[in-house]
Amino acid sequence: MGASYGKLMMWFFLLSDAFTFSALLITYGLVRSSHHAYSGAVEAFKFSTEYWPIPERVYESIPFFHGLEAPLVFVGIMTFILIMCSVTMVLAVEAGHRMDRPAVEKWMIWTILGGIAFLSCQAWEWTHFIHGAHEGRSVVDGTTFFGANLIQNQYGPSDFADFFFFITGFHGFHVFSGVCFNFLIYYNTVTGVYERRGHYEMVEKVGLYWHFVDLVWVFVFTFFYLV
Amino acid sequence: MSHSEETSQVTVLPPNKEKIKQLWTVAGILGIITAIEFVIAFTMHHGPLKTSIFVALTIVKAAYIVGEFMHLRYEVKVLFWSILIPIIFIAWMLVAFVYEGMAIATVR
Repeated sequence: MGASYGKLMMWFFLLSDAFTFSALLITYGLVRSSHHAYSGAVEAFKFSTEYWPIPERVYESIPFFHGLEAPLVFVGIMTFILIMCSVTMVLAVEAGHRMDRPAVEKWMIWTILGGIAFLSCQAWEWTHFIHGAHEGRSVVDGTTFFGANLIQNQYGPSDFADFFFFITGFHGFHVFSGVCFNFLIYYNTVTGVYERRGHYEMVEKVGLYWHFVDLVWVFVFTFFYLV
Repeated sequence: MSHSEETSQVTVLPPNKEKIKQLWTVAGILGIITAIEFVIAFTMHHGPLKTSIFVALTIVKAAYIVGEFMHLRYEVKVLFWSILIPIIFIAWMLVAFVYEGMAIATVR
């Protein structure tokens, strides 16, 4: 098919991974569309288990600015980080085609840093999601519940937090393994493995994986944070 | 002796300016589409129209990432189609499941 064995297998692995992510996201679509949608004004929105929460009222915090309402700003920053480290990855691939070792090293370092930055953002977001904020939500026994776990959450139906944890968690795990692979590639580049081998095809293969992680985020971003 | 010196010599080609410019252009397009999505998120009411616009923009972004960054657009046609055709199953699954979900909502 005009591609090396390794690249071909990476493509087919990514296709199967695309099916896994689709299964998760489509199940989310099914469960979400089986719940009632909130139809009132955004300003009047209150957390309730009666309907699915609207994203701009759930994800509206950013680090260091406690109490400031900045809907979707933080997730926008995360999206920006991921797009940027997709570019640095593709620049590393381009440098590899030219056998330019210092350039590959430089762009791989930026990609690794971007991946770590994204993971740190996600760690903060999860912490915030789990601990909760705002006014919380009154539960049956008369107390107020803050944050989220797999049984209940302050934002909406329990399925909402379950899918948040499973899908962003599964994506975050992909980012984490991507950072590990990227580091391996960086290490091999620095030690001259690919220069001795005569080509930088491994950079290309791991690059495919890394772009796939970015691709999945594009879908997670739309279906979790925008729709 | 001279042979081993020759193999350790690596020819580094100069940066492909055109290619690099094209990559940054794609990144710019992705950034702009994301910015448009943000504007729509805060200016439109929730509804089927808003959702379809978001889905359409997402597919455009996905096409740029897969086509340009993952280089699929420039691969041999057989590889291109053997990746794209199985996606039909995902599209079908999506339609079937979301339809089912809406049916559940009417019974609840």
